[in-house]
Amino acid sequence: MLRLEPRAQTSRWWRYASPLLALLATVLLGVLLFVALGKDPVRGLGVFFWEPIKSAYAWSELLVKATPLLLIALGLALCFRANIWNIGAEGQFVMGAVFASGVALLADAQSAPGFWILCVLAGVLGGLCWAALTAVLRDRFNANEILVSLMLVYVAVQCLNYLVYGPWKDPMGYNFPQTKTFEAVAQVPKLFTGLRVNVGVLLALLGAGVLWMFLFRTRAGFAQQVGGMAPDAARYAGFSARRALWLALLTSGATAGLAGGLEVAGPLRQLTPYVPVGYGFAAIIVAFVGRLHPVGMVLSALLMSMFYIGGELAQSRLGLPRSLTGVFQGLLLFCLLACDTLMHYRVRWVGMPSRTVRSH
Amino acid sequence: MTGECNPRKETNASLSQLMIGSQPPELQVRAHTPGAEVLRVGGLSLPALDPFGVDLQGIDLSVRAGEIVGIAGVSGNGQRELLFALSGEDTRAPAASIQIEGQPVGRRHPNTRRALGLHFVPEERLGRGAVPSLSLAQNLLLTRQEAVADHGWRGWMGWLDLARLREQAADIIERYRVKAGGPDAAARSLSGGNLQKFIVGREIEAAPRVLIVSQPTWGVDVGAAAQIRAAILALRDAGCAVLVVSEELDELLELSDRLHVMAHGRLSPSLSRGEADVSRIGVWMSGLWQQEATHAAT
Repeated sequence: MLRLEPRAQTSRWWRYASPLLALLATVLLGVLLFVALGKDPVRGLGVFFWEPIKSAYAWSELLVKATPLLLIALGLALCFRANIWNIGAEGQFVMGAVFASGVALLADAQSAPGFWILCVLAGVLGGLCWAALTAVLRDRFNANEILVSLMLVYVAVQCLNYLVYGPWKDPMGYNFPQTKTFEAVAQVPKLFTGLRVNVGVLLALLGAGVLWMFLFRTRAGFAQQVGGMAPDAARYAGFSARRALWLALLTSGATAGLAGGLEVAGPLRQLTPYVPVGYGFAAIIVAFVGRLHPVGMVLSALLMSMFYIGGELAQSRLGLPRSLTGVFQGLLLFCLLACDTLMHYRVRWVGMPSRTVRSH
Repeated sequence: MTGECNPRKETNASLSQLMIGSQPPELQVRAHTPGAEVLRVGGLSLPALDPFGVDLQGIDLSVRAGEIVGIAGVSGNGQRELLFALSGEDTRAPAASIQIEGQPVGRRHPNTRRALGLHFVPEERLGRGAVPSLSLAQNLLLTRQEAVADHGWRGWMGWLDLARLREQAADIIERYRVKAGGPDAAARSLSGGNLQKFIVGREIEAAPRVLIVSQPTWGVDVGAAAQIRAAILALRDAGCAVLVVSEELDELLELSDRLHVMAHGRLSPSLSRGEADVSRIGVWMSGLWQQEATHAAT
């Protein structure tokens, strides 16, 4: 019989090696998957791990997808470190996109050049308000934030659908469910001509730096995390649990909203029903694979972005379904959890407790 | 093995000498000359927070500078609830029912009370007095502010001086002879006694006006226990008001200048060290001090 026994001390080295081992295991399982599907595994892996980084254009696309993942994951890490389980970042992302679009649609040819900043700020506000709903329900009525935030995702998507199929539909858009393309002033400035990557990626990196300083160099950041590690110690120290709840949810809502605003005012340039592509959920994996550490999350956001792009390429180049993205994301999280379990526990073979087996 | 003996023929001191290799320092008993009242609890009644808790009923208590007041009693008679109300982890007490140097603090949070000089060592070391997964240095931040910037933009941000924090932790480790892998050792990697020495050190080094200690030596080895008691006595001699809550009567008789007994959420009148004898306190632990008072009156 196999039994898991907790280790007295977990190795610091394995803490960082575990995500790498998980990645290796994911790659190996990926090879098996490609072989089973009758595809050349080298080509398959190339699509996922080489194509997304082989040119400036590829890098730009990689960063375009990594930006929302990183922004959302940063906010989620603040929640998860405080033991607050915001699972509804997708909804906050959608609301950010909706609010930003609402402002972007107000722009016309005469609007001032910095108009896009207003759009993005509206996005922040949208995500923040949506997360505040969860915070109020948890704070006032002790509602479970996992359920509330998750269910609000679907409410947010319905709001988005109502708007793009109804009042915000482009009158010149051949009845497609989408808004008109935003004015140039309402679009987030690109970093290089010809590439889609925009200033959002700089904001995300700045965000990672700010989160690092907050978590590891300020008393408030320390207080924020103690509630997650030992609630009684936080109470003894006098760190307010309500404050941690509000700070975590409002910040993660704001970063998810920012990501949503940057997405519609950036690469998408209009609001469509296809805005929610699961960044909010994938960011949960980004946060955990990155060990809830800002630097780790920068790396894991790039990795998850590779999976997104690889999945799309696998569809066009190898004729495989795009859901391969989800398979790889899931495999990675699964392998990470397995590696972490082995890090925290040791597996031991124990003989059956003296029970005599009788033969009939 | 360090020796063999018949425990019935040995004293506490000689037994501990065998166990730790040296005699614990002899406790100095000093004449008791208390100063001004620092902590005052008046008519504190508080219904319990959780259904299995004990309601506090009319608690009266006063601790003066330079004295140690002990609270004896079997655990689960309201000690936990009283300490929550005193530390500020429970802020439901009427404001004036708890006073620190005349300031009503019944509704104040732990931070505010700490700023007024009240420090507290809880009975649970791991998980309440210290965060198990954090280093000793980081655990200082639960109750100490010295390494937090206090002016300028850094003060506004609550910026931490990590070098200072580690230095401070190393200082406590050395001064209180804590056996630990240094300031970066995780709290959970320490033995109970060593972690308790660190926590007691952390609170004593804050130079409190009043220190509350719950079960100072629960599950602590003899050497560490003697050291912790000596530190508490030294703090008393330095003019701090000290309140000790303990289940161990021997310890309380050794430390306290005055002694209360807690039973069923009520607190007995105080006994001076001379009046306190084991059999009397034993009777009081069942809450029978009122009867004794009526007997005396008749």
